[in-house]
Order: sequence, then structure tokens, then C-alpha cells
Amino acid sequence: MAAVLRVPTVLRPAMGNNSVLEVEGSTIGEVLTRLTEAYPGARAQLLGEDGALHRFLNVYVNDDDVRYLGGLDAPVSDHDEITLLPAVAGGFL
Amino acid sequence: MLRLEPRHRDAMIATAIRALPNEGCGLLVGRADEVVEVVPSPNVADSARVYEIDPRTLLRTFRDAEDRGLDVIGVFHSHTHSAAYPSPTDVAQAPDPSWHYVLVSLAEPMSDVRSYRIVEGAITEEDLALDEDEGHDPAPRR
Repeated sequence: MAAVLRVPTVLRPAMGNNSVLEVEGSTIGEVLTRLTEAYPGARAQLLGEDGALHRFLNVYVNDDDVRYLGGLDAPVSDHDEITLLPAVAGGFL
Repeated sequence: MLRLEPRHRDAMIATAIRALPNEGCGLLVGRADEVVEVVPSPNVADSARVYEIDPRTLLRTFRDAEDRGLDVIGVFHSHTHSAAYPSPTDVAQAPDPSWHYVLVSLAEPMSDVRSYRIVEGAITEEDLALDEDEGHDPAPRR
């Protein structure tokens, strides 16, 4: 099955300068695994060292944040639109 | 240089004041160096020391900007008790070297608004060019 992935400007250099990619996978985890296989340089921006979703990456399936859909287990269907957006955050941590 | 109208600056200050005692934040939508709209966001970090733009606001703002032929060109947030200068965490988490990073300080009685570029950890302050309103409603939007 193929879904459409929208790549934000900051991730494009690590992902072949593509703004839109067609991706395969039945879950977000599968999609991201295949992406990191195709673009190893993007791995550190997509996943944490523990293999979980990167703390500062927002991933959406259509209009929904995958954190509320099961995270890496969030289902992906044909023609879904997946959007990656780095979290926008800061402060005196 | 970041170009904006007084109503944009006022909207950022109003967002910062409304968020007290927490940091306030939001996104800047426009074209390259020109702000067209200030979009306030809930601070989902719910903190006086850190901020995080609400992920739903982030997605909606990116999509809305794209539909209008605009871009998200930057972010603003407030420092409630410190100067309008990026903190080390602000720099470490700056996601996009093309963005404008606007700081609103409420530390002094007169609020202070400054804009920076953050590229590979290097902070450079840039001029704020305040264009006069061109017949717009002076009230902050949203």
C-alpha cells in the first residue's frame, strides 16, 4: 500500500531533497523503518536512540497526531497523507 | 531583517501577556522576511521556563500557509523574567536556519521584542522593520 509523505524543509537535505515521497507500510513504524533504510542520514532526525519516535518530531496521519493513534503502531492506509513536522520548542531546560 | 506591522508586534506582546505566568508562543506566517500573520499557539509545555508550540496548531498553520501561497517563516516566544535573547535550549532546538526567531521579553515594564537568526548554533540579531498599518484593522487577529 502506498501513502503520501510530506517532508518539511529542514528534513529534505537528509531525504534526497524530496518534498513529497510515496511510502509503503501498514504502520507508521514500518513507514519510518523503510524511510531510514532508504535515507540512513535521516534516522537521527526521525527516531530516538531507543528506536522510538524522536521526542522532537511530530508525525501526523492525515489530521491526527500519531501520539494519539498508537505511536509507531499507528495504522497507515492507502492514500493516507503522512506529515512530518519538527517540534517547535525551547526555553531554559 | 524582519518586516512586520505594529499590529503583528502587538499581537505577539498580547499573546505573551495572556500566557502569564507561563511563556507564550506562536508562529509567524508570511513570505521570506515579511510577516503576514501572527498565529498564537497554546504553550503545550505549560511552563514559565520552556515552550512548545501545540502540534495541532503547527499542522494547521503549515497547511493554511501552504494553501495561501505563504510559508511559516518563524516562531516567537516570550521570556517572562529574562532578556529578549535566545537561551541555549532555544538554540539547540532551533529547527530551521531559514526561520526568524522572535523573542518577547516581559522582564522590564516596557516589553522588548527582538528577532534573531540561528544558524548552526550561531545567533545573529536582525533588524525589525516596523511597517505602518496599511488600512488594516489594528486589533490583533485571533
